[in-house]
Amino acid sequence: MKSLAELEAIRNRAKGNVTLRKDDHAVRVVVGMATCGIAAGARPVLAAIMDEVAKRNLEHVAVTQTGCIGVCRLEPIVEVMVPGEEKVTYVKVDEKKAAEIVSEHIVNGRIVTKYTIGAAE
Amino acid sequence: MREISLHILDIVQNSVVAGATRIEVFVDEDIAADRLTVEINDDGCGMSKDFLAKVIDPFTTKRTTRKVGLGIPLFKNAAESTGGSFEIQSELGKGTCVRAVFGYSHIDRQPLGDMADTMLGLFTSYEQIDFVYRHKVNDKEFEVVTADLKAVLEGVSFTAPEVYLWLSEFLKEGESELN
Repeated sequence: MKSLAELEAIRNRAKGNVTLRKDDHAVRVVVGMATCGIAAGARPVLAAIMDEVAKRNLEHVAVTQTGCIGVCRLEPIVEVMVPGEEKVTYVKVDEKKAAEIVSEHIVNGRIVTKYTIGAAE
Repeated sequence: MREISLHILDIVQNSVVAGATRIEVFVDEDIAADRLTVEINDDGCGMSKDFLAKVIDPFTTKRTTRKVGLGIPLFKNAAESTGGSFEIQSELGKGTCVRAVFGYSHIDRQPLGDMADTMLGLFTSYEQIDFVYRHKVNDKEFEVVTADLKAVLEGVSFTAPEVYLWLSEFLKEGESELN
């Protein structure tokens, strides 16, 4: 069983970096989590992104939820915002695509064009 | 929605939008009584009597971007189609309580689904909100009070990589102990 003592140890390790990290969120990832997004499978997508970000220790990435983005038929929708670049909207995302978006777009800096709204429309 | 846990994720978003600072999520699987009860309590802005009366209508929504809201009607329908019941109590300025009862063994009852994932998503996305999550299966119980976890973390975020992975495992373990 995971214990609070374990969490305390993690806190102590993490604490040194906290002040650095707070304003350092350079990249924002937003997942549409309204009724439409959730019904289309946004929850596993959010989990996959959070997981990938945590496992790769990407401390400059902030993952957040938003409501309905307005194109329900293309949900689950994920938006990636890199400072200084145009926002990229990915559509019909699943867990596999989500992991690929993190590794390709956020880590390697290459937009995964085939999953973007431009490619779907 | 394919799972009850997805309805819960959806309905809790209403509490978030209502500006809640504390949200309680209770899931009670009482197999002897053949009942699965979901209760969501928040201290958000609440609803007026007029709005409450029409909130189960899909053509009622607080959204300004379009004229339909399906979250509550879908949840209500999912509960009632299993011989269960659905009610919302709300008071302006006090908060809202949504309660859905499902017939446990009814053929149309959706599976509860992945509550660990639902709560993980909520805890990490809305860290400023204090969540109390309690899941009962007969006489076994799993409870998470995020304020207690925050007290241990002393300002370290739920989304710090190691903390996130711990939290994910913690929830999965807690859920699996119930079965």
